[in-house]
Amino acid sequence: MNRGVTAPATLPPAGLSGLDPAWSRLVTVPSLDGLGRTFHLLDNGVVDPEVTLLCVHGNPSWSYLWRDILAKADPNTRVIAVDHLDMGYSERTGTVRRLQRRIDDLGALTEELGLSGPVITVAHDWGGPISLGWALRHRDQLAGVVLANTAVHQPAGAKAPRLIRLARSRGVLERVTVRTATFVRGALELSRRRPTAAVREAYRAPYRTVERRMAVGGFVEDIPLDESHPSYVALAEVADGLEQLRDVPALLLWGSSDPVFSDLYLHDLEARFPHAQVHRFAGARHYVTEDADIATAVHTWIGGLNDSTAIPAELTSREPLWGALDRRTADDEVAVIEMTATGAGRSVTFAELDLDVRQVAAGLYESGVRAGDRVALLVPPGIDLTVCLYACWRMGAVTVVADAGLGLRGMGQALESAAPQYLIGVTKALAVARTMRWPGRRIAVGELTPVLQKSLGVWATLDEVRRRGEFKTAPPSPGPDDVAAVVFTSGATGPAKGVRYLHRQAQAQRDALVRVYSISRDDRLVAAFAPFALYGPAMGIPSVVPDMEVTSPGSLSAVALGAAVSELAATLVFASPAALRNVSATSGQLTPAQREAMSQVRLLMSAGAPVSSSVLRRAAEVLPNAEPHTPYGMTEVLPVADISLAEIEAAGVGNGVCVGHPVAGVSAAIDELDVMGRPIGTFSTEPDVTGEVVIQAAHVKDAYDRLWVTQHASAQPASWHRSGDVGHLDKDGRLWIEGRLVHTIVGPAGPITPVAVEHAVESIPGIDLAAAVGIGPAGTQQVAVVVATSRPAPRPALASEALSDQVRSAVGVDVAAVLVAPALPVDKRHNSKIDRGRIASWASAILAGGRIGKL
Amino acid sequence: MKVLVTGGTSLLGAAVARRLDTRGDDVTVMQRSPSGLGMREVLGDIGDTSTLASATKGVEAVVHLAARVAATGSWSDFEDTNIRGTANTLGAAVAAGVGRFVYVSSPSVVHAGDSLVGAGAGPADPVTARGFYARSKAEAERVALAGDSETLSVVAVRPHLVWGPGDKQLVGRIVERARQGRLAIVGSGTALIDTTYIDNAADALVAAVDRASELGGRALVVSNGQPRPVREMLNRIVAAAGLPSPTLKVPAPVAKIGGRLVESWWDRRHREDDPPMTGFLAEQLATAHWFDQREARLALRWEPQVDLAEGFRRLEAWFAAAAHTA
Repeated sequence: MNRGVTAPATLPPAGLSGLDPAWSRLVTVPSLDGLGRTFHLLDNGVVDPEVTLLCVHGNPSWSYLWRDILAKADPNTRVIAVDHLDMGYSERTGTVRRLQRRIDDLGALTEELGLSGPVITVAHDWGGPISLGWALRHRDQLAGVVLANTAVHQPAGAKAPRLIRLARSRGVLERVTVRTATFVRGALELSRRRPTAAVREAYRAPYRTVERRMAVGGFVEDIPLDESHPSYVALAEVADGLEQLRDVPALLLWGSSDPVFSDLYLHDLEARFPHAQVHRFAGARHYVTEDADIATAVHTWIGGLNDSTAIPAELTSREPLWGALDRRTADDEVAVIEMTATGAGRSVTFAELDLDVRQVAAGLYESGVRAGDRVALLVPPGIDLTVCLYACWRMGAVTVVADAGLGLRGMGQALESAAPQYLIGVTKALAVARTMRWPGRRIAVGELTPVLQKSLGVWATLDEVRRRGEFKTAPPSPGPDDVAAVVFTSGATGPAKGVRYLHRQAQAQRDALVRVYSISRDDRLVAAFAPFALYGPAMGIPSVVPDMEVTSPGSLSAVALGAAVSELAATLVFASPAALRNVSATSGQLTPAQREAMSQVRLLMSAGAPVSSSVLRRAAEVLPNAEPHTPYGMTEVLPVADISLAEIEAAGVGNGVCVGHPVAGVSAAIDELDVMGRPIGTFSTEPDVTGEVVIQAAHVKDAYDRLWVTQHASAQPASWHRSGDVGHLDKDGRLWIEGRLVHTIVGPAGPITPVAVEHAVESIPGIDLAAAVGIGPAGTQQVAVVVATSRPAPRPALASEALSDQVRSAVGVDVAAVLVAPALPVDKRHNSKIDRGRIASWASAILAGGRIGKL
Repeated sequence: MKVLVTGGTSLLGAAVARRLDTRGDDVTVMQRSPSGLGMREVLGDIGDTSTLASATKGVEAVVHLAARVAATGSWSDFEDTNIRGTANTLGAAVAAGVGRFVYVSSPSVVHAGDSLVGAGAGPADPVTARGFYARSKAEAERVALAGDSETLSVVAVRPHLVWGPGDKQLVGRIVERARQGRLAIVGSGTALIDTTYIDNAADALVAAVDRASELGGRALVVSNGQPRPVREMLNRIVAAAGLPSPTLKVPAPVAKIGGRLVESWWDRRHREDDPPMTGFLAEQLATAHWFDQREARLALRWEPQVDLAEGFRRLEAWFAAAAHTA
């Protein structure tokens, strides 16, 4: 390659988008190469900073990459972003500079700068190894490490080596990286949102000519793919050295859709920085700095480094999730029954279940599964799922639950972000996993022919795993602070988020359910609601899942429920509202014996979606002696509050939905909204104050998984969960939910919450469903109401004056317009949460004078 | 307080004069023909500086409403009345040592043809304003506000689409067309349009007179703050007059092009009556225009006292009474 071209360092030209010329400076390091070398760097020049960020770019970018971090820095933070020699606007030395030398260069530069005090390194792409090399040599002043889409090691299975080999193959390297601007230009296409022309121009500015691009090729050439490479040792030293940084705070920011540095590299770095905070930006690509607000994330993270986390009040028995199995190891009472269309199917006793769980736990360990490994469970509720779940928990594996309600695409995204090492599934699930290339070594549940095993890429069968565990001592069990599970939100507002629970939090959730519903040894549970079907053994009570299609709760018939209830002589029934609706509709088919069994049920709990009192009332007719209850909560914390049918009826009509008193062990408060609809940050338990509902409890989630930014925003202050729901407490301490914070209408007189408006409109005869949405800019929004009538409108239209008058007199706020639609869009999973965001943008376009389009 | 109101024969001019008179101000109205208001009157044109000089003598506040409000006409007609007339009135006020000058403007001075959704009161722009009327009002507003000084507080108030009993501009034309079966809904008829009930607009102007010294140099949009789909507004006005809802529908692009053709036809014929549609009107009827009212209400310490529902009840009663007397 044509070396030897030299050119002095220069300042960047004026007028580059987003770059303040005052940041640029040239610094000569006399010691370098014996004759002195000059760097260009961006430096906000803060004197006596609390902390200094040392930002290191990769290839083929330059310090411009970090302009937002400079722009958003607070007055006590110095930010220095360096252009490597031969890169950006630094000197063109005409020399070959490999990794080791670049680490030396950076050290010489910071010495020349007299950089003292705490330093946090920030790096992207191949700036990663250079910054980490610097970090390892400056342990005494290193205060943190931030890494974005980078690598220190080629993990097995990564595709990057192929791309790099291709780029390096004879003739290609020079043509692509140096002789033409293809690489410089093409790399910018590696962002999701194509940067503006001005930004693309700025990235390319220092690399206009062949001479200026020499080092771009040099960087690609310096990536070691095997031991013979001259930089192999240097990179390995950096990678191996990272063990010394386990006490240094680390933040990993990751574009999930980077074709070069895929998730595999993220997982490699997570293993090296097990203590790191991670945020994986779904859909962001290699230039994650252009696709996501990295600058705010970095500054927020740094700001919180000195905060100590408050530990929530403990209110838990500390009994592990498998504790009841341990206590009942010789108990022949039935623990789990499976129902089929023709009656009871398989069943296990507590003793059998305990033994099987121990065996499978040991077998998983013998198979190579380790504590902390993630295991996705794609098995319908029943004995197999129960065994796998408790076996994983027992040996410290983390269960990943992505339910079919997310849809195939949503499940795929969920599994990719959770990245389980193992996936236990029934044949159908394994086939999908194989086709969709879901991650995880596949473990098959059920009988499979060897041919089928091969074609599904089965790594082991559950029976094999079980056999490996026979007569083996169980592996050590996890502690309360180890991760138990990752479960997923419904994704009604954006992609589903992974929610991580520690064992102590899952235990506390179990204990909360036991407390709220006074569950004792004498209770027997029919669980037609997947998440709670699994807690039967943890609560130490027998459980049965009725015969139904798991993915479609509405498929539960009265007869199927009746059969399950009689089989177990059940006292508790947990079911989703969709299931209850169908049970009520089909109750005529119940046999007298089943009716008798149903009358023995003492408690009916319905959750999973907003539950109306009419659903509970009708269900109560089928379960005449059961007290209907519905809990309020969310994937991140459940239960928060609970209310019985009688209490709902006593509460009557109010501003929102009454969800009852917060349950024991839960602190619920209101973060009042200001006139612009923003929470003010002070928590209140005064009656009739409307604001965001905030919750503290021992069973609040540990964190959103690989979503540090989201987690940080949701846990303000630490140990509280900001629910995103808006509501108030009444004078009796009951909680009322008025809608979602993002759906709050911010009118000139302050915030208007949608639920009460919608309820008032839905009380008009002939109107089935209503949505109240804000039109126009926050602070001066007008209220628009969109209704679906009992006799569906043939097409969306402006409501008649008569209907508009009815709506206006039903609600207490000024309604600018009433629109009628054939149906309102609702979320997939629950089929009941109205998609107000979509309705708002639809109505906004129409009320601006646009065509009346489809909703 | 001694107050001069120009344009006393207009609906809003008469309403302001009556309100000021009722509360005890010493009101003079000035316009070309007798107003029948029973107050002191100066008859004359705002093009006539000597009449203006005598009208402003000893006056403490001027509310300047006199303007050419028409859909047709040549630019020089608008320029003469709206721009020069305002400059003349302002000049007379300065000469007479008047302390407060309320210029009654129009939100159309900032309307460049696109939707105004919760918009604030931006600066008047004669370049982007649509049509001769809006353009001349925009320039006049700039002339007026430029006259704000230490001794004279000038406030521009832009009431949006004033209507009420006796209104010939908006209500009169709509009802007339509906009677003739010529009232059409342009486009979907769903654009949100804010309006101002006459009493509220008059209250706002009185408030502007009272607060002028705090508000010198500012422009404020006032409205009921209750935007409604344009079709609903038309239907309700027509219903108040006891007429059925219009059934004619014209697609927005057709109305715009047709309106422009009609305009040029009217122009060439020098017709003085109103054309059935103009490009400006078509645009107004097919795009949302409603405003952020927070600033105006805070600045004027004024709130609309008559909401739309009450306004329509009063309009209906007025039509009923008018029919009875006729």
